[in-house]
Amino acid sequence: MQVTLRIMRFDPEKDKKPVMKSYKAEVEPTDRVLDALNYVKWYEDGTLAYRRSCAHGICGSDAVIINGVNRLACKTLIQDVGKTITIEPLAGFKVLKDLIVDFEPFFEQYRSVLPYLINNDPKPIKERLQSPEDREKFDDTTKCILCASCTTSCPIYWANPDYVGPSAIVNAHRFIFDSRDQAAAERLDILNTRSGVWRCRTIFNCTEACPREIEVTRAIEDVKRAILYGES
Amino acid sequence: MYHRHDAVIVGAGGAGLRAAIELCGKADVAVVSKLYPTRSHTGTAQGGIGAALGNREEDSAEWHAFDTVKGSDYLGDQDAIELMCQEAIGAVYDLEHMGLPFSRTEKGLIDQRRFGGHTRNFGEAPVMRSCYAADRTGHMILQTLYQQCIKHNVHFYDEFHVLDLIINDGVCCGVIAYELATGELHTFHAKTVLFATGGCGKMYKVTSNAHALTGDGMAIPYRRGLPLEDMEFFQFHPTGIYKMGILITEGARGEGGILLNGKGERFMERYAPTIKDLAPRDVISRSIYLEVREGRGVEGKDYVLLDLTHLGSEVIETKLPDITDFVRTYLGIDPVKTPIPVQPTAHYAMGGVPTDVNGRVLADEKGNVMPGFYAAGECACVSVHGANRLGTNSLVDIQVFGKLSGKDMARFCAETDYTPLPEDPEGKVREEIERLKLNTGNESAAKIRTELQAEMMDNASVFRTADSLGTIRRKLEELQERYKSVRVDDKSTIYNTELMEAYELGFLLDLADCLVVSAEARTESRGAHCREDYPKRDDVNWLKHTFAYQTDSGIKLAYKPVTITKFEPKERKY
Repeated sequence: MQVTLRIMRFDPEKDKKPVMKSYKAEVEPTDRVLDALNYVKWYEDGTLAYRRSCAHGICGSDAVIINGVNRLACKTLIQDVGKTITIEPLAGFKVLKDLIVDFEPFFEQYRSVLPYLINNDPKPIKERLQSPEDREKFDDTTKCILCASCTTSCPIYWANPDYVGPSAIVNAHRFIFDSRDQAAAERLDILNTRSGVWRCRTIFNCTEACPREIEVTRAIEDVKRAILYGES
Repeated sequence: MYHRHDAVIVGAGGAGLRAAIELCGKADVAVVSKLYPTRSHTGTAQGGIGAALGNREEDSAEWHAFDTVKGSDYLGDQDAIELMCQEAIGAVYDLEHMGLPFSRTEKGLIDQRRFGGHTRNFGEAPVMRSCYAADRTGHMILQTLYQQCIKHNVHFYDEFHVLDLIINDGVCCGVIAYELATGELHTFHAKTVLFATGGCGKMYKVTSNAHALTGDGMAIPYRRGLPLEDMEFFQFHPTGIYKMGILITEGARGEGGILLNGKGERFMERYAPTIKDLAPRDVISRSIYLEVREGRGVEGKDYVLLDLTHLGSEVIETKLPDITDFVRTYLGIDPVKTPIPVQPTAHYAMGGVPTDVNGRVLADEKGNVMPGFYAAGECACVSVHGANRLGTNSLVDIQVFGKLSGKDMARFCAETDYTPLPEDPEGKVREEIERLKLNTGNESAAKIRTELQAEMMDNASVFRTADSLGTIRRKLEELQERYKSVRVDDKSTIYNTELMEAYELGFLLDLADCLVVSAEARTESRGAHCREDYPKRDDVNWLKHTFAYQTDSGIKLAYKPVTITKFEPKERKY
């Protein structure tokens, strides 16, 4: 079938501002939107720039706005988005070219929450023990692929780029609630600041945007409660 | 631009990051990757990492080694395999100590599940050896290693595409990279370089591999005159989602899933009576092709069914959540209620850049090493996988040999000085980029790539013959010729991804050539290399590794004996 792709293009070497351009692509209804982007790049206009790698929703490269909604192009089927598909770069990040945005501020915020296990006890010879129940407490937030769909769907983030954003909080949550970790207090201090969790107004855009179906807003609320009541 | 680091690691997947962690504090280390590190393909590994922890039932590293040797169809080097299986145990504990959230047993230990080809007591019955984190073990490994790199302040060069290796007077002294964001060339001057760039599955039409897997780290040294080992052995994973090739983990069968043909028969009972659906991947992929060929595919088509419906929703949702999501997303069916259409998908290159157990790259079949140059992970060939890799052993490989490479690089960095760079090290890359950008020819990289992938699938996949390999060899000559006229429309410098795709196609074509010529020469069937015109394994003539060299007068082949320690080659039955 033939679909029309309306793609927001921006070439920093030529354009002053982004322009919407239309392309036709031959695809199957069960193809991914990424397949349609590939069709355009490979057969219509080689200059189109976007990121992609695994093509099945794990690497987190190809989050874009599809018909107004943050989605992974490789996890969205043509049959689910209709015959005219509008594709734009993620909102809130600087556009570098076409659908490619600047991820550096995103990773900076990720790094700011100490996203790694901190445990200063001597390492045992074998594994540290953890009950299945304790393991379950942070299971949801281990699924994050750092695609930025959540952070770039958040109106608070659009207005305050200093806000650490849902994704960084998800990654802090993953350690705050890990029974093997010893630095929950430090992370809670970081998130208990002006740019931390209190910026969140529970709008739920992040939860809806997450391609991994992480309950992002719930994770943020868990962190807020941990700050207030010390439940970690 | 010029950069200098003691150790430059190319590729930010499991092997590269593991090596980086090992080097932290011992040398100035930088990781250069064409992707953001967390986009690396290690993240898509699902079912687990094999190690004889014995958390669920009795197990031993020796049994693991035997299974790996037998799985390799006796082509794996047994000294390296024994070392890997022994080290695997510590590697898993290392990951746990770094924070990897493994699934847990009731006692709080790392949980383990069954996997293809892994058995107790030298082949008696399947054993629970695969240490897993639901069905996203690779994702957890990649995330955990990246987290540790952040903790240790590893220097990353993200979206820098390495295109050449700098060699001066037989010593490796750096790499040349193209920065995607600016189009600028960078010279990385180093005492040691590790290639950990992954596989080359994009030479096939149906593959589980990411778009990025174009074999750069194999093709670059090959073009510099270094050999590639055992490239004819390419693994087809039996359960890729029909037509799309997306992987459905072997863990699905480890949890009790079974394969059914079009008549509803559990056909693996006929091909592998002892371990059935948990036979190694080469055996199952061939069985599926044979079922289809004999008219027992589903609805006369080229696929079979992976049936999980008897496992119940609890097991499926908790132990296999990601693949359940894939099946629902891409096929619109619910694996709890409906069997999944699957077909073999190009998955893993057993061959690659030859190394010793410390990751040091071999410059020839005699075992001489190239000082300063290391390789680990899928782009390397130690060889621990021989003619067929067992499931879970790729993750073992990247952790064990990533670490050992890092260790030896640290030693080398401490003992040696920088080798001076040759004159104009960027010259060759600059020329090739200019050639591609200025080319006025009419060939499209996408069309050549599509033809390459289709023809490789038809002629050099699960079954091969002299005829099919001859056909694809001639086709490759044509494609190589047409590649000279590839036109790149994008002339820009910022994120010129069309230029890089064209460059990558050149790598894929060279590697396909290497694979096909190595496969034509090997007149036997062993592991993933199945010659219908030579259906038997031939230990008298072919118990040896292929070393292929690109020369001005074509590809030259040489051979290196297999190292055998305690497991004498036997007939391979499951």
